[in-house]
Amino acid sequence: MAMAGQAVSAGTSTWDRIKKWTPIFIIAPSILASFIYVFVFAGWTFYISLSDSTLLPSYGFKGFENYVSLWTNRRWSVAYNNLLFFSLFYVTISMAFGLLLAILIDQRIRAESFWRTIFLYPLAVSFIATGTVWQWLYNPSSGIQFLVNSWGWTDFQFALTSDRKNAIWAIIITGIWGSAGFSMALFLAGLRSVDPDIIKAAQIDGASWFRTYRKVILPTIGPIFIAVAVVLLQFAIKTFDLAVALTNSGPGISTTFPATYVYDFMFQRGEIGQGAAAAMMVLAALAIVLVPYSLYLVWRRRREARNG
Amino acid sequence: MADAVYGTAAVEDREAGIASRRRLISRIVIYGLLGLISIVYIVPFLVVFLNSFRTNIEIGANGLISLPQSFRLDAWPQAWSDFCIGGQCNGVARYFWNSVAMVIPATIISTALGAINGYILSKWKFPGSEIVFGCMLLGVFMPGQIALLPWAFTLGQIGLANSVYGLILVHCIQGLSFTTLFFRNYYVSIPDDLLKAARIDGAGFWRIFWKIMIPLSPPIIIVTVIWQFTGIWNEYLFGVVLNSGSNQPITAALVALSMSGTTVRTYDVMSAAVLIGALPPLLVYFFGGKYFVRGLTQGAIK
Repeated sequence: MAMAGQAVSAGTSTWDRIKKWTPIFIIAPSILASFIYVFVFAGWTFYISLSDSTLLPSYGFKGFENYVSLWTNRRWSVAYNNLLFFSLFYVTISMAFGLLLAILIDQRIRAESFWRTIFLYPLAVSFIATGTVWQWLYNPSSGIQFLVNSWGWTDFQFALTSDRKNAIWAIIITGIWGSAGFSMALFLAGLRSVDPDIIKAAQIDGASWFRTYRKVILPTIGPIFIAVAVVLLQFAIKTFDLAVALTNSGPGISTTFPATYVYDFMFQRGEIGQGAAAAMMVLAALAIVLVPYSLYLVWRRRREARNG
Repeated sequence: MADAVYGTAAVEDREAGIASRRRLISRIVIYGLLGLISIVYIVPFLVVFLNSFRTNIEIGANGLISLPQSFRLDAWPQAWSDFCIGGQCNGVARYFWNSVAMVIPATIISTALGAINGYILSKWKFPGSEIVFGCMLLGVFMPGQIALLPWAFTLGQIGLANSVYGLILVHCIQGLSFTTLFFRNYYVSIPDDLLKAARIDGAGFWRIFWKIMIPLSPPIIIVTVIWQFTGIWNEYLFGVVLNSGSNQPITAALVALSMSGTTVRTYDVMSAAVLIGALPPLLVYFFGGKYFVRGLTQGAIK
């Protein structure tokens, strides 16, 4: 702001005025593209969700009918119940596991970057590749069950992906495998940011290792817990690739998620209107997580500013 | 006297002994746990790697998770150029090159635009620039599902339906919010005084960008390029919805390949195919690991 102001006061010829506008001209296309992407596209999908579109988009208005049929659809209730169940276990276990890894790595271990590389590599691999590989491992006639059976434990059963009731656990386990390293990285960054003097003081007071973590270190990285939870919840709401690669919503419809529901209704069943309504619900779920989080961030920043 | 001295030394020795034994035990526990968890992390992809060199008959007999007893390289060329996906027997090569043709321009363009946008939003602020930045940030959170129909329609209208160019456009615009965020947050920490001096010497918008900002930017450029490259390469939803058949990227081909309902699964060739698809981002990760993690943590906590 200050610099732009100086540019103007240095001279007020036409050339200077053009120069003052340069940055705005340059950024304008990006602003326009983002605006279209965020507002026009979301508004468009919202409008389609209110229309009578079936196989092709159509703009006959029919109000909230698509939402009514969405919420009375049994498949949708499977989808959002799956999302709730998945989120609960995926988020909490990924966090606990990531925290454990971060604490282990924080113990001044040798070859730290070697260990970190191992736990983080799943993040560089697509969920499609990861899901495909784990789908093979879950296959009872060649994967984990086959291995344990061949050890002599012939009654052992591990066939998650072909079991209606437990197939969601296949997605939860693979999801945790894929993102625990991520929560480890965030927690580790948090642990490293704790003032070493506080830790030393606790140790001089004779606090045990466990107590130091529980009473001194972890409370100071509270905001990190919230950040990790919010990011993982976002991943959970957007779960699509893993569900497609691991179970393809099956067996039957037992592992349908909101995101796969959108895809099915828009492109497989030719019910674009209802698919758009489901997409709006995915957006709403993200908003439920992210709006309070951004308010919390603003509140925290203000409080920090006030306390100096 | 001598006894007493000897006595305290013994007590100290014993205490030191207990302490060092305790330390040893805790070290064993730490490395033991890390080792066990590492096995869970390494095995899935190690198995795939080994299976790409085993014969399919041996995999069928001994299972996916077992030590190799045969060795052959045939699966790799088969996966690359002969394997049948969706009725076409040309391997994954075509899809791999589609992904390459998509990821390189999309990464370069979105990173370049992000650098310029970040530069403007941090150093050439204008009335309303904070609001503009806030709106662009919203793009980071948009779920792909919301944009599917509008993209399909728009690409159809401008003649880019079912083409790699269409996907390049989609990924450029979708990535814009991320790259702008990365660069803007990085440039905010560059002191304005540095630019003021250059201004007094008569440097303009582009000269400051090229002579001052870009030389300071290598770390954030690497972070952004890695982030965009891995993200675009691994993306599936847009690839499968907006493109079809031989125009799809590698992720879509991998799904088609593992869903194809042949009676006998050719695990050897499929393993090679999955690795071919996973290799480019993995290489980027192994060579730029530090920057990859930095992007991850910055992308998460805004």
